Amino acid sequence: MKRNKSTLLRLVSYTKPYAPLLVLSLISAAVSVAVSILIPLITGYAIDQMVESGVNFKKLMDYIYILIGMIALGALSQWSLSACTNALTFKTVRNIRNTLFQHINNLPLKYIDGKRQGDLVARISSDIDQVSEGLLQGFTQLFSGVLTIIATLAMLFYINWLIAVAVLVLTPLSLFVASFITKRSHKTFAQQAVKRGEISGYVEEIFSGHKLVQAFNQEESCGEDFARLNKQLYDCGFKSQFYGALINPCTRFVNNLVYASVGIVGALIAIGATSSSFGLKPGILSTCLMYANQYTKPFNEITGVITEIQSAVAASSRIFAVLDEPIEISDENNEVITDCDGTLDLKDVCFRYVDDRPLIENLNLAVRQGQKIAIVGPTGCGKTTLINLLMRFYDVNSGQILVSDKDVRTLTRQSLRDCYGMVLQESWIFEGTVKDNIAYGKADATLEEIQNAALLAGAHDFIDKFPDKYDTLLTENGDNLSQGQKQLLCIARIMLTHPPMLILDEATSSIDTRTEMKIQEAFYTIMQGRTSFIVAHRLSTIRECDVILVMKDGNIIEQGSHAQLLDRRGFYYELYNSQFQNS
Amino acid sequence: MSNLYKYLKKYKKHLILGPIFKLLEAIFELIVPFVMKQIIDVGIAEKNTRYILSMGGVLVLLAVVGLACALFCQYVASRCSQGFGTELRSVLFCHINSLSMNESDKFGTSSMVTRFNSDVNQVQLGVAMLIRLAIRAPFLVVGATVSAIILKPSMSWIFLVAAPLVALVLYLIMAKTMPVYTKNQRKLDKITSIAREDLNGMRVVRAFSEQQREQRRFEDATEDYSHSVIAIGRISALLNPLTFLIINAAIVTLLYFGGQKIDAGDLTQGELIAFVNYMTQISLALVVVANMAVLFSKSYASAKRVSELLATESSVTDEGNCPVEEDDNAPAISFKNVSFQYGGGGYAIKNLSVDIYKGETVGIIGGTGSGKSTVINLIPRFYDVTEGQLLIDGADVKLYPLEQLRKKIGLVPQQAMLFSGTIRSNMKWRNPDATDEEICDALKIAQAYDFVMQKPDKLDSSVQQKGRNFSGGQRQRLSIARALVNAPQIVILDDSTSALDFATDLALRRALNAYLPPKTTKIIISQRATSIKSADKIIVLDKGEVVGLGRHEQLLETCDIYREIFMSQQKAPHEMQENNQEEEEV
Repeated sequence: MKRNKSTLLRLVSYTKPYAPLLVLSLISAAVSVAVSILIPLITGYAIDQMVESGVNFKKLMDYIYILIGMIALGALSQWSLSACTNALTFKTVRNIRNTLFQHINNLPLKYIDGKRQGDLVARISSDIDQVSEGLLQGFTQLFSGVLTIIATLAMLFYINWLIAVAVLVLTPLSLFVASFITKRSHKTFAQQAVKRGEISGYVEEIFSGHKLVQAFNQEESCGEDFARLNKQLYDCGFKSQFYGALINPCTRFVNNLVYASVGIVGALIAIGATSSSFGLKPGILSTCLMYANQYTKPFNEITGVITEIQSAVAASSRIFAVLDEPIEISDENNEVITDCDGTLDLKDVCFRYVDDRPLIENLNLAVRQGQKIAIVGPTGCGKTTLINLLMRFYDVNSGQILVSDKDVRTLTRQSLRDCYGMVLQESWIFEGTVKDNIAYGKADATLEEIQNAALLAGAHDFIDKFPDKYDTLLTENGDNLSQGQKQLLCIARIMLTHPPMLILDEATSSIDTRTEMKIQEAFYTIMQGRTSFIVAHRLSTIRECDVILVMKDGNIIEQGSHAQLLDRRGFYYELYNSQFQNS
Repeated sequence: MSNLYKYLKKYKKHLILGPIFKLLEAIFELIVPFVMKQIIDVGIAEKNTRYILSMGGVLVLLAVVGLACALFCQYVASRCSQGFGTELRSVLFCHINSLSMNESDKFGTSSMVTRFNSDVNQVQLGVAMLIRLAIRAPFLVVGATVSAIILKPSMSWIFLVAAPLVALVLYLIMAKTMPVYTKNQRKLDKITSIAREDLNGMRVVRAFSEQQREQRRFEDATEDYSHSVIAIGRISALLNPLTFLIINAAIVTLLYFGGQKIDAGDLTQGELIAFVNYMTQISLALVVVANMAVLFSKSYASAKRVSELLATESSVTDEGNCPVEEDDNAPAISFKNVSFQYGGGGYAIKNLSVDIYKGETVGIIGGTGSGKSTVINLIPRFYDVTEGQLLIDGADVKLYPLEQLRKKIGLVPQQAMLFSGTIRSNMKWRNPDATDEEICDALKIAQAYDFVMQKPDKLDSSVQQKGRNFSGGQRQRLSIARALVNAPQIVILDDSTSALDFATDLALRRALNAYLPPKTTKIIISQRATSIKSADKIIVLDKGEVVGLGRHEQLLETCDIYREIFMSQQKAPHEMQENNQEEEEV
C-alpha cells in the first residue's frame, strides 16, 4: 500500500506543469456536484409553491430563474470538467511518454538487450494508456462520486433525518452488491482473458503453420485440440458475461429499493403519521426521490474505478521501473576524437555478459590502418559481442580498447561511433523517404551527395526505377524493398559519412544472387583504405582478410591469416573443408 | 451475412424470450412514476397510511419482479451469444483449415487471426446487446413519452420537443467525433510503431548518434496525438452538458406550465412529479441508445468481415476422389508442361516439364522469385497447376484424396516451425503411432538426436508456441526430423538448412543419402550451390523458367546462370573479373 501511495504521488508530480488545469477540474467537479444536488432541491421548492388552493407565481418564478442560472452553471462546469480532465490527462501522458522514450534511448544496451522488445513497447504504449484511463480520468470520477454521495446524504439529513436514515440503512446493500459483483466479474473476466489469450495463441500458431497442417494431414487432430479450448472458453466466457451483465440490473434493483423506501417513508412523514414534527411537502418529497435516483449510481462507478486505478497503479509502477534504471554514464567532459587514423588496439580485453560465465578472455589484437579483420564462426558463436565492444555498446570488464592510441572510455560516445560505419545483416529501415533513410547520419546532405552515395553503393539503379525515385516512401521494416535492396541502402548511408573504420555483417542466405554480387562489390569498394571488421560467411571474403578471428561459443579460439589457420588444422580447417566437400 | 444467421437460428427461443423479459422489466420501470403519483395524489392528499403502505409494497414488488426478469434476460443473452460465438469459432476454424494456400494467401495470416479473434468477439457482443438493449432502450424513450401523453396530453408537447432534441444532439456529436476516434487510434498506432522501430534499430541509432532525431520524431508523434485527442475531447465533452441542459430546460418548462395548470386546477402535484420522473428516464435511455448505435455499427462491420471469410470456398478439393492405385514403374513425380500463376499475376512457373524417378535426388536452385518454392508447392497440391499436368506415381494429383497424396510426402518448409506440445508430439505428426525408435532414427538423420538427448526431458521436452524456445538451427533440424518419421516416399527440403553451419549441413546431407530407404525421392531447394552440387539432377530456375537441367559438371559448362551463382559463392567479385578458375583445395 505504501508503495502504491508513492507511485501515486510520483504520478501526480507529472501533472505539476498543469497545476491550473488540475485545480480547475477539481473546482469544476465540485461545482457540478453542488449544482446536481441543488437542482432537485429548488425543483422541489418550486413544486411546493403549487398547491391546489393557488399557486404563488412570484415565488415560483424566482425559483425558475434560480434554476435557469443553476442549469447554465451546471452545464458549464460539466463541460469544463471533462475538457480540463481530458487536456490534463493527455498532456501529462504525452510528457511521460516523451520522458520514457528519451530515457530508453539513453539506457545502456545491456538493459535493453536483456528485455523482450515487445515488453518495452508495451510500456510505452499500452501501459501508459492504462495510466491515462485509470489514474487520471479515474480520479476525477472518484472525486465527484464520493462528493456526490456525501453531499446527497448531507442534504437528506438537512431535509429529514428519518429519510436519511432509511437511505443509510440500505447503503451497505449497495456496497455489498457492487463489491460482490465486481469481485466475481473481475475474476471470471480475468479467466476469460487468459483463455482468449490461449485460443488466440493457438490459432495464430495453426494459421501461420497452415501449410504444415495440411501437408501432414493434421486438420482433424487440430480441430479436436481446438474444440477442447473452445469449450473451455465457452464455459468461462458465459460466466464472465453473465456476471458482468449482473451489474446493471442489480444496481437498478437496489436503486428501486432506495426509491421505494424514500417514497414510503417520505409519504408517511408528509401525512404526519410519525412523531416527526417536520412536515414534508410533496415537492420536497420529489426532491428526495430524485436524490434516491442519483444516490446509488456513484457506488457502482466507484467500485469500477477502483479496479481501474489498481491496474493503472500496476502499469505506472512498470513505467517507473524503467525510468529508475540508471542511464549511461555521462560523457560530457570526455575528449572528442576528430582525427581517427584507423588504428585500433585491443589490450588484454576481458568481457562477460553474466559475471560467472567468462566469454572473451585476454584478447589482444593490434590493427593497423587499412587492415581487414574477418570474424568467422558458426551461428550463435557471439560475433556480435565483438561489435558491441568496438562500438562501446557495452564496456569491457577489464583491459583496454584503444582507437588511435586513445582509450575509448575517455572519448565521447558520439565521436567514437562517428569513427565507424556499420552495416548489419538485419538492415534497419525506418518509415520515411529513401532520401531520409540514406541521409540518416548526415541530415544536411544535399540531394547530389545522396545520389552520389547511392551510386557508389550500387543502389542508384533500383531507386531510379521507383516512380518517386529518392522521394519514395518506405514503410516500417521496409516491406516494399527486398532484403538485398535494404542492405544496399544501408551501405549508401555509410558512403555518405566517410568513416575511417567499418563494421560489416555479411548476409547468410536468402538474397538473390545478383543483388548479392552488388552488395559484395559495394563492400569491396567501401573497404578500400579503411580499417574493416567483417562478420563473414563466404570464404571468398574471408580469404581476402589480413586477420581472421575464429569464434566458437563466444570465445575467440583461433586467430591468424588464412594460410596460417589452414596450417594449424584446427577448427577453421574443419569449417573450411566442410563447406567445399561433396556429400 | 446470411451465412451467419444460420448459426443464430438455433437460438430462436433465446432471441424471442430474452427481449420479452427485458421489455417486461422496462414496463415495470415505467409504472414506478405512476405509482408514486398515486402515493402523492391519493395517499398524502387523503392521509391514507394503508394506501401508502400498500402502494409502497407495489413499488418493492415491481423492483423484485423487474430484477427477476432482468436476470433471466441476462442469462438467456449470455447463453445465446456465447453459444453462438463458440459455434461460429469452431465452424470458422475448420473452414480456415480447409482453405487452400490460394485463399489463405489472399487473406493473410494476420487478417485471418484478427477476424477469428476480435471480429468474432465483436459479433458475439453484438448478439448479446441485441437481446439486452435493442428493445429496452428505445422502448423506454417511446414508453416514457407515451405515458406522459396518456397522463396529460396537453403537457406532452414538451416531451415531443425535448426527446428528439436530445437525440439530435447525440447524433451530431457522435457523427462529428466517431470518425476522429479512428484517426486518433491510427495516431496512437504511429507512436507505437516509432517506438518499435527505434528499439529495433537501437544499435544503428546509437552508431549514428541520432538519439536526438529519434526523440524529435517521437515527440512530434506524441504532440500530434495529444493535440488532436484534446481537440476532440472538447467536442465530446459537450455531450453530457448539452443533454443536461436540454433535459433540465424541459423540466423548468414543465414547472412553468405545470404551475399555471395546477393553478387552474387542471393538473395535480403528483402528475407534475411523474412528468419530471419520465423526463429523467428519457435522458438516461437516450444515452444508452447512442452507445448502442456505435456498438452495432462496429458489430456489423465485424460480421461482414467474418462472413466474407466464411463464404470463401477452397479452390482445391478432393470431393468424390477414390483412393488411387499407384503405378510402381512410373516416375515418382512428373511435371508435364506445367505453368502456374498466383491469382492473376504473371506466370510464376512456365512450361515446366521434368520427370523425377524414384530414388533420385533433385536440386533446385535460382534467385529469389525464380519460382523454386512454387514448384514444390504444387506437389502436395497446396495450389493447383494453371496449365499442364502433374503426376505422382503415374496418377494426376487431382485424382488423389488429399490425405493419400500428402501422406507420401515429407515436407520441410523454408520457415522452420514447430507446434506447441512436446518434441514427441511434434515428431508424431506424420504418424500418431510412431515408436520412440522410429522417432530417434529420424532425429539421428536430421542431426538433432544429440541435442534432444542432452535435454533433461529428452523427447518429452516441451515445445513452446512456434518452437520459439529452440534456436533457428535446432528448429530446422527438428522440422527435418518431423518430415522423415514413417519413411515418406518423397522428401522435400525447401531451403531448410540455411541456419546450419557448413559442417552440420554436410553431415545431414550424408545421412540423408546413407540412411533413407533407397527408393526415397529427395528434392532439395537451396541457395548454396555446394548443397546441391552432388544431386542426380539440378533444375536451374530463372523467372519461372527452366534455364538449366542436368548434373553439376554439365551445368557448369552449359548454363550461364548456374555458373554465375556457383562462382559468386566461391570468389570475391574482383577475382571473377580475372576469370581464372582456380580449383579449390580440398
